Amino acid sequence: MKKVFVKPVSLTGKQWHYCPGCGHGIIHRLVAECMDELDIREKTIGICPVGCGVLAYEYFNCDMLEAAHGRAPAVGTGLKRVLKDRIIFTYQGDGDLASIGMAEIVHAASRGEKISVFFINNTVYGMTGGQMAPTTLLGQVTTTSPYGRDKDREGYPIRIAEMLAPFEGTAYVSRVAINTPANVARAKKAVKKAFETQMQGLGFSLVEILSTCPTNWGMGPVEAMKWLESNMIPYYPLGDLKVKEG
Amino acid sequence: MAKVLMKGNEALGEGAVIAGCRYFFGYPITPQSEVAEYLARRLPQVEGVFLQAESELAAINMVYGGAAAGARVMTGSSGPGISLKQEGISFIAEAELPCVIANISRGGPGLGGIQPAQSDYFQACKGGGHGDYHLMVLAPSSVQEMMDFALLAFDLADKYRTPVMIMSEGMLGQMMEPVEVREPVTEQYAKPWATNGCAGRKPNIVNTLHLGVEELEERNRHLFRKYAEIQAREKRAETMLTKDAELVVVAFGLLSRVVKKAVIEARKKGIKVGLVRPVTLWPFPDEHIRECLETAKMFLSIEINMGQMIEDVRLAVNGQAPVEFYGRIGVVPSPREVEEAIMAAAEKGGLV
Ligand SMILES: Cc1ncc(C[n+]2csc(CCOP(=O)(O)OP(=O)(O)O)c2C)c(N)n1
Ligand code: SF4
Ligand SMILES: [Mg+2]
Repeated sequence: MKKVFVKPVSLTGKQWHYCPGCGHGIIHRLVAECMDELDIREKTIGICPVGCGVLAYEYFNCDMLEAAHGRAPAVGTGLKRVLKDRIIFTYQGDGDLASIGMAEIVHAASRGEKISVFFINNTVYGMTGGQMAPTTLLGQVTTTSPYGRDKDREGYPIRIAEMLAPFEGTAYVSRVAINTPANVARAKKAVKKAFETQMQGLGFSLVEILSTCPTNWGMGPVEAMKWLESNMIPYYPLGDLKVKEG
Repeated sequence: MAKVLMKGNEALGEGAVIAGCRYFFGYPITPQSEVAEYLARRLPQVEGVFLQAESELAAINMVYGGAAAGARVMTGSSGPGISLKQEGISFIAEAELPCVIANISRGGPGLGGIQPAQSDYFQACKGGGHGDYHLMVLAPSSVQEMMDFALLAFDLADKYRTPVMIMSEGMLGQMMEPVEVREPVTEQYAKPWATNGCAGRKPNIVNTLHLGVEELEERNRHLFRKYAEIQAREKRAETMLTKDAELVVVAFGLLSRVVKKAVIEARKKGIKVGLVRPVTLWPFPDEHIRECLETAKMFLSIEINMGQMIEDVRLAVNGQAPVEFYGRIGVVPSPREVEEAIMAAAEKGGLV
């Protein structure tokens, strides 16, 4: 019988600790499939965030580091400067990348560090129990914005992809989502393009991936995908924002 | 070999290059900046990388990445910058990554000042960041030692898979003295744990998260078995005139050279005084101090702070003799001033 679906070699196969319906598992799989297809597993080094993705070193079947909260782009810089021919990726949530790690991501992008960043925007701090993130939408209720995010009190959500795309150092910036099969397929293409951008030495690449946190949003998995579509995509439009060709 | 006139900070930078360090990640701060500036010129000449990071937070995490990749990596800073590095240093210590941190000290707290100081002894020797861990801390007293300790630090770092700090007063970084330039280091350490791509082996993981209760405790025990080995093997101190000393002065760094002069002068006045100069601040050379108890009736800790190392001297002496203190802030006291402090202590102890 012809096999049409197998576990990527770039995943260990260890059972996720993620909540049912969480987007992290889908995104891990996409990253791993791309590593397989590009045949880069043995020369790839991944960096986990502090956030729900903290245990990603147990899931990716390549060399992995666990970084301090927000510092993955700096750790990646250190790795890449030493290992110029290896592939480095960071996997970071929105609290990790867009709040505490804002300086590290901005400067890694502006230096044009030849690393790939997978930025998981689920509009909350998943791991610590659903607090407000820099990406939390206006009006969105979280445990630390219990009256809904108010522009006059908590300010506006940050659009990371739009912010970094104009930098001279960035070679590929894209925003994708995982709410439908078609979008998952597009997300995979973007992840692959980010790796390819790095392999070609073109510069810094970042894929912002709109994801779900059913647990902290207080929704079922299907409802969460719908919420992503009707609330996140209007504020965080999908598509390539920067494509530097080799 | 002929000697070369060098600045302390440059000797430290060149020592790192001789030790095989090819990567420096730093952020400017006085009085450390010449270490960075020297390496910014020097590293590209040896196909190395100097990178000015956006902050000390980033710099120390670049060191984390570079060290995990298996390279000899260094950073440098002072006062507020070393404070910012503490989170990363805690991670590096836990992940057992070898690296060297130059701490060309300034006075604090707060922004403090750029005068010579030893105010960060506690920070360097008692943890600094969160969790139970230690750095190895070397305290040079001459420009020659700035170079020599760079070589030593990289060797110790690789040997024990631990971060090593070289802590000097800012003034030593600025001073010029003749230096004998050392031969390049050839000793290589295998780093099978490095995260440099898993071709032909199982993936390596550099991680500091230990959610299991037993796992976390065992990690801590593992680190402390290593620290016990370091304490057993690597305590270093210089002693002078301690054989018959009734009063033993303890001082480190550049200051110890001033104290040497004062000790010699006080000897001329009939005071049986000697000096223990800790070379490793951690592991603290307590045995060198305890050995003095055969003749010592009292100890005097002299520091450029409000009294920090004195706690370790007291622990070493363990109540068997009084331990006095003399300190200044932001000033290296003159030999005359130290001599007066010695005479005052001797008088108090009835040794005159
Ligand atoms: C220095 C530091 N501050 C705070 C925390 C606590 N903390 C752990 S995860 C996290 C937020 C993670 O949120 P995000 O990056 O959005 O990832 P998610 O869990 O949503 O995937 C915080 C604040 C920490 N571990 N370290
Ligand atoms: S808390 Fe949210 S982000 Fe974290 S695993 Fe659960 S659903 Fe996923
Ligand atoms: Mg999040």
